[in-house]
This record gives sequence, structure tokens and C-alpha cells, in this order.
Amino acid sequence: MSIFSSFKTFRGGVHPPEFKELTRDQSFEIMPDPKRVILPLRQHIGKDAKPLVKKGVEVKAGEIIAESDGFISSPVFSPVNGKVISVGKETNSSGFPKEAIVIETNGSTDTQKLEKLEFSTVTGAEIIERVKHAGIVGQGGAAFPTFVKLTPNKDRIIDYIILNGCECEPYLTRDERLMLDRSHDVVSGLLLMMKALELKKGYIGVEDNKPEAIEALQKAAAPFSEIELAVVRTKYPQGAEKMLIKAVTGREVPPGKLPLDVGVVIQNIGTAVAVYDSVVKGEPQITASVTVSGLGLNNPKNLIVKVGTPLADVLEFCGGAKENAKRVIVGGPMMGFAQYDFSAPIMKATSGILVLTEDEINTHEQTPCLKCGMCVEVCPLNLIPTKLARYSQLDKTEEAENLGISVCMECGTCTYTCPANIPLVQWIRLGKQRVNQMNSEKKTA
Amino acid sequence: MDYTFLIALTTMGGLGLIFAGGLALADRKLRVEENPLIAKVNEALPGANCGGCGKAGCYDFAVNVVEGSAPVNGCPVGGTDTAQAVALIMGVDAGNNIKMIPRIHCRGGNSEAVKKMVNYYGPISCSAMSIVSGGDKMCYYGCLGGGDCVTACPFDAMVMNNDGIPEVIEELCTGCGMCVQACPRDIIEMHPIDRNVFIFCRNHDDPRTSKDVCAVACLGCGICSRKSDGGVEMVDNLGVINYSLLDESKIPFDKCKTGAIAKLRDVSNEEIVN
Repeated sequence: MSIFSSFKTFRGGVHPPEFKELTRDQSFEIMPDPKRVILPLRQHIGKDAKPLVKKGVEVKAGEIIAESDGFISSPVFSPVNGKVISVGKETNSSGFPKEAIVIETNGSTDTQKLEKLEFSTVTGAEIIERVKHAGIVGQGGAAFPTFVKLTPNKDRIIDYIILNGCECEPYLTRDERLMLDRSHDVVSGLLLMMKALELKKGYIGVEDNKPEAIEALQKAAAPFSEIELAVVRTKYPQGAEKMLIKAVTGREVPPGKLPLDVGVVIQNIGTAVAVYDSVVKGEPQITASVTVSGLGLNNPKNLIVKVGTPLADVLEFCGGAKENAKRVIVGGPMMGFAQYDFSAPIMKATSGILVLTEDEINTHEQTPCLKCGMCVEVCPLNLIPTKLARYSQLDKTEEAENLGISVCMECGTCTYTCPANIPLVQWIRLGKQRVNQMNSEKKTA
Repeated sequence: MDYTFLIALTTMGGLGLIFAGGLALADRKLRVEENPLIAKVNEALPGANCGGCGKAGCYDFAVNVVEGSAPVNGCPVGGTDTAQAVALIMGVDAGNNIKMIPRIHCRGGNSEAVKKMVNYYGPISCSAMSIVSGGDKMCYYGCLGGGDCVTACPFDAMVMNNDGIPEVIEELCTGCGMCVQACPRDIIEMHPIDRNVFIFCRNHDDPRTSKDVCAVACLGCGICSRKSDGGVEMVDNLGVINYSLLDESKIPFDKCKTGAIAKLRDVSNEEIVN
């Protein structure tokens, strides 16, 4: 690692305590099938998948149970052998009841697989078809169907693909473990996606707090001159796609534009592994690798879990929560969702479950804004969070839009920093929703 | 004697005369005829510019009334008096203008509604709460108790009661409808002030779920609907009152287990039940 590498970074950002040591040294453990799985029809961004099974039907593990409906959508596969016991509304980790298929397992563990494709001879079109068919979605959090990113418009010129291995959220070590344990598959997955996009250059961006992962990837990528390892400075939110693109290529994604607009495709480490598994091993996306961690949990672990496993089962497998546990979050502590219903399932893109104690969460009283400007200083997107939150609070939607509220990616850096404990990002989220509503009303009017 | 001041006086006076003449000429030649009715109607309006009528302000409403694109009784704040004054200016009949009052279609306050196992730490605002797991009540349809309607009311006619459900102070309410727009759950609806029977629930869940989430939910049993001769219709597990067919005497209020359908006032002794 050269001394200059860690100068690759962006403006703003924060350094929350990492707590990664809780699970950093633990390889993935495979969790046995739960008694029942809940499979929401929308585990991705886009339209709900269309269910293909009815109540009472026997399904096999690896069998397709809901097909994609429309271009931006993704199919759902049964992760277990068993019987469909209901198709209806179930609470998921976003906190709202959504359409889902519930399957009761029968204990048998054989899995149907798709046809295996040869790594060296597979064509780009075959890779895209497989990624689409196997229901692979982005593992970075937003769960965007991966094949859509692999089939950009023909008139776009794409220069690079960047694999995002920053994992800047505290606690989470899933990507780090994947890079360590499956470094060759990460590199192969990247090569497959480069083939699908017909690219000559691929980067893997890793934060400099993961020296072992960097070493492992360097070894795995050594034979391939087209892959370059980009070591970036450890800082939250380095893993946000705009921040990583800025750090690795120096290009800035303009407000309201996508990475594609500056010629970059960005994918998560977990996505690369899932692409590799689907193409070479013929596995549809029926498992999720998650970090289960937090000081409130008895045995923090990195797990490979069947998609649809209820949170309660996972927490029980990890020894249950300690007495002083205060809050359960799905996702990272900065951007994840607090949970109230532990029957909510693990979804395709779930990256972590955290059980936090009182010391790890902020329960201080909110006080008036001090006008200190700390949120402005740390905002990686150069916004003015305090003003945006105020406008949102006062329902001044147009003013908020003029100040660029829609650009906000809700990383939570401002709220983390605020000495007055103002829920800035929460207000901004509300404001963003109002702006969307206003614009869609304008369109229809 | 120094005549300098005389020069200044005549110059300024002369200029003043020339410009005054110009203005007088412009007034004659370039005048835009405004219907004098607009000014009169504008004067009769309350002048609060609240926007309750749906127009940009009182003047805009006046223009619309004179042009015929707004009804003479379109100002909800002014009530009957204003409507009559405007009608007099316009030379039409104001009609029977009954005051509209917002009614809150939820009684599931903190003691009735079942709460989730959570402590909500975010901003206290219904619209903010509703995007985070749908608030801290198990019911996804009911009042969130964040008081967006109270904040929105320009006339201080909304208050939060001790149970966390807003109440309307009818004497202060002008019927502008700002609270209806502020509510993210669409629980508030405008009704003529003399309507007395309401279904105080918006829950569309199936009977079992609605029973689990709230003690005063409409279970969707339909007992009120069966005897009502079309006065109450069941739509998606929830009763909807058709006021034109409603006959109060046919509704079995005591049969409703949760009291979701109820009279707002007991007419016999004029006591407010809620």
C-alpha cells in the first residue's frame, strides 16, 4: 500500500466509532433453514414480482415462485423445500405490511440449481440473461436489479466499473469477510460483469482500514492487469457511490445524475459474489450474507442466511439479545431501519442486523439549532442540512427544492454530527418526499 | 434680494406641473377598466388571505366571484354573513349556506389504540412519523397524534386532547379546511355542522386485525349497514355513511361493539359525547 493511496477521498464526512472488531475475525457460518420463511414480492427497487404459486402448493428450494413483472423488477425463488401457507400482507423490515409469500419448511435440504455456465467461455449476453433470471439485486442497500445496470443504453459510453468494497457503515463486516474468504470469486464476479459490459478497466475500491482484505484482493487480482485496486481513506460515507467515484476517478456526478452519466458503473462486493455464484455455480439468489452484531447481542457473527428468515430466528441463533439491548436495526447503524416487529424477514439485500445498547444510540433531548454550521461542514454533497430541515419542518417545499433537497442521499452524517441532536436527516427525508409529491402533482396538473 | 430660490421654485414647480399633466393624460388614455364590483366584493371578504377557498387570496377570490368562476358562498371563513354580503353585491341569492366543520374520523387515542413495541425518537410531526414504519401505533390508518392539523390551523381551533386525538373548537373554527390538507392519513373530513352521525374509524383491515390493533376500530361486521336501508354501506371492511339516505333511528348504535359508529351529540340533552 503506497503512502499516497489514502489521499483518495472526498470533502466532508465523519468518523463514527467502527465496532468492526466484534465480527471482523469470524468467517461466515451457515445458519440452518428456519421453520418458515417470509418472502416479500418486492425485495428490490421497482415493481412487485408476480406470484406464481398459490396457498397449499409444495415448492422446492431453488424453484421460482414469483416472476419479474416489467423491466425494473426481479424474480423471487423459494429458498427452502416446503409448502406455501399464505400469500398476503406481512410486515417487512421497512416497517410496513407488504405483499409476501410465506413458506413452511419440511426439513429437506436439497436445492434445485440452474444450469452451470463455464467461466472461460460464457458470453456477455449469457451473463446478463443469467443475472436477470437468477434474481440478483444490488447488495449495497438500495437493491437495484443488477441486470439493469449491466444493460445500459447503447449510446452511453462507459469507461469503468468500480466494485464498492468500502463498507463504511460501522459494525458491518460482511463485505470485508467476502473479500477475505472469497477474494477469487469477487475478482471473477468483477471479470464477468466487465465481460457483460465489454469494459477494459475495473477498479475495486476498499477503505484503508481493511489491510488484510486489500492484501487478499491484491493476490487474487495479480494475474489480471485490467483490474486495479483503489485504496481510499476510511471515512463515512466513503461507500456512497458518488463519493467513491469522486475518490477513485476524480469525476463528480452532477446533482440529479447517475454514475452512468459520468461513464461509471458501480457494484457492491456482495453483488459480484452473487453474480459469480449465479453464473458459475448456477445458484439463484436465495441466500443473504449478513453481519449480525452490536454490543447488545450475545454472540455476534457473520452468517449466511436463507432469504426470508425472520429476524427473531437469526437473533436466537446468535445467542439472543442481552438485557441492556435497546434497539434492533436492519442495515447499518447510520442508514438502517429500526425494527419493531421481529417477524420481519431477511431480504435479498439485507447486509446486517444490529442489536444496540443505550450507549450506542443517541437518546439525548433535542435542543434548538446553534447555527454552528457543523452539518454544513460535514455534508459530503455540499448541502445546507440545517436550512433544508427547517424548510421541511415549515412545509416550504419549493424553497427546499431550490436549495437542492432532492440531491440528499440520506447518509445521516448531519444528524450524527449535530450537537443539538436535531433529527436533520429525518426532516430532510420528509421534505424529499414532499418535493416528489409536488412534482408529480405538477406533472398531472 | 437673492432670487436663486425663485429659480429653484419655478423649475421644480414647472416640472411638477408637466409630470402631473402627463399623468393626467395617461390616466385618461391608458386606463384599464376594472369592474367596480371586484373592489366591493373584496371589501366584504374577511381579508385573512387564508386560501381556504382554494384561491390565491381574498382579492383573487373576489375576481373569481365577479367573473362567475367561484360561488358567492365560496368563502368558508366568512360564513353566512359574508356569503349574504357578497350575494347582495352580486345581486344573487346566497342560498342556504351551512357552516362546514372538520370531523376527526378516528378515536383511537393513546388509551385505545395498541402501540408498537417502540419508542419513537424522531421529529414530532404526523407526516414525518408516517414515513417511519407508519408511526408508533399498530393501526396503519388511524390518527398519529403528531398534531400536524393543530399546527396547520390558522385560527387556533384545533387542540390535542389528553388522549392524543385532535379536537375541534367549533366556535373558533371557520371551516377553512387547512387541517384536512395537513393530515397525512386523511382522517379529517369536512361536514355540515348539523350532521350528527359519524363512523369514527378509517381502518380497512380485516375484522380480526382491526380488533387486535384498536379498541374502538370499525371491525367491518356490517351490522349497522344491514339495518340502515342504504344509509351505511360497507366498503373494504369499513362503513361509509350515505347521508342522503341515512335515517338515524334505523341505526342500532348499541349493537356496534366498539362504538365506531356513533352520534356526535346526544340531541336530547345537547351534551357533547366526544
